[in-house]
Amino acid sequence: MKSVAYIVIGIFFGIVMLKSEAASWFRIYEMFQFKSFHMYGIIGSALVLGIIFIQLIKRYKIKTFNGEEIIFTNKNKSIIRYLLGGIIFGLGWALAGACPGPLFTLLGAGFFPIIIVIIGALLGTWFYGLLKSKLPH
Amino acid sequence: MDLINQPIPWYIAGPLIAIIMLLLLLVGKNFGMSSNLRTICTALGAGKTCDFFCFDWKGQQWNLLVMLGAVIGGFIAFNYLSGGNAPEINTEAISNLKTMGFESAGKNYLPIELFSGDIFGSTKGIFILLIGGMLVGFGARYAGGCTSGHAISGLSNLQLPSLIAIIGFFIGGLVMVHLIFPLIF
Repeated sequence: MKSVAYIVIGIFFGIVMLKSEAASWFRIYEMFQFKSFHMYGIIGSALVLGIIFIQLIKRYKIKTFNGEEIIFTNKNKSIIRYLLGGIIFGLGWALAGACPGPLFTLLGAGFFPIIIVIIGALLGTWFYGLLKSKLPH
Repeated sequence: MDLINQPIPWYIAGPLIAIIMLLLLLVGKNFGMSSNLRTICTALGAGKTCDFFCFDWKGQQWNLLVMLGAVIGGFIAFNYLSGGNAPEINTEAISNLKTMGFESAGKNYLPIELFSGDIFGSTKGIFILLIGGMLVGFGARYAGGCTSGHAISGLSNLQLPSLIAIIGFFIGGLVMVHLIFPLIF
């Protein structure tokens, strides 16, 4: 039953990604050219509501549907890994025009060359695992 | 009915994404898509090569199901909800793209110069997509998250590391579009 819920949430996410054009290479290009408010509007409005949701959960100690406590783990403090990792991610986001969510949505939409990007993303993840101990964190 | 065939405007899409994050929190999970890449690596046997992939990936099956849903959602949106229409992007951006050889700007959902089946016969094209993907995968794990994990989940929880990561995303994106694109396209 829970499995169905995860798939349904994913379907909802996939439809929103494709239909909001957040999965379009062109929208990402336009965002990095500062030529349109579209992507900033999506991320910004998601954020405003997201902050409200999380504050409400914390303030009113809202539980999961199963009655468990919702735990937020703080991210480890560092600058270098977030900045360097972020820059590398940003280079790829602009070049491939897709972040990890839309990668899968575009596959479902039938843009099969995205498979090359997915293979690349898996290789990149694997290389990170191999090099992790040698990188500054 | 016509509404279904229109693109979702930003002020609807953003709140819907926040609701997706909320739903995942309410089922006891966290919104973060790039973790699936690590999970798939582990499922494919990467644990034999280094410790980073030695974890019980079955505990991440829920996220693979979200990912499967995202694939199905893309199929439904493209085939039944007119999700493949060309975005109406800024006209200046279109003319910039045309000077770089992207004739499909303003006409297709994705640039056919990179995402049509012809790309499988182009070494340069394959190289561009492969490198793009590698940067996405490597960067997301190094930074500990991608757009969903940092820009949405992390920043919503007011995490400073997520803000630093997003500043990085933008530095990288701006360098790619403004400095590297003119060299490769």
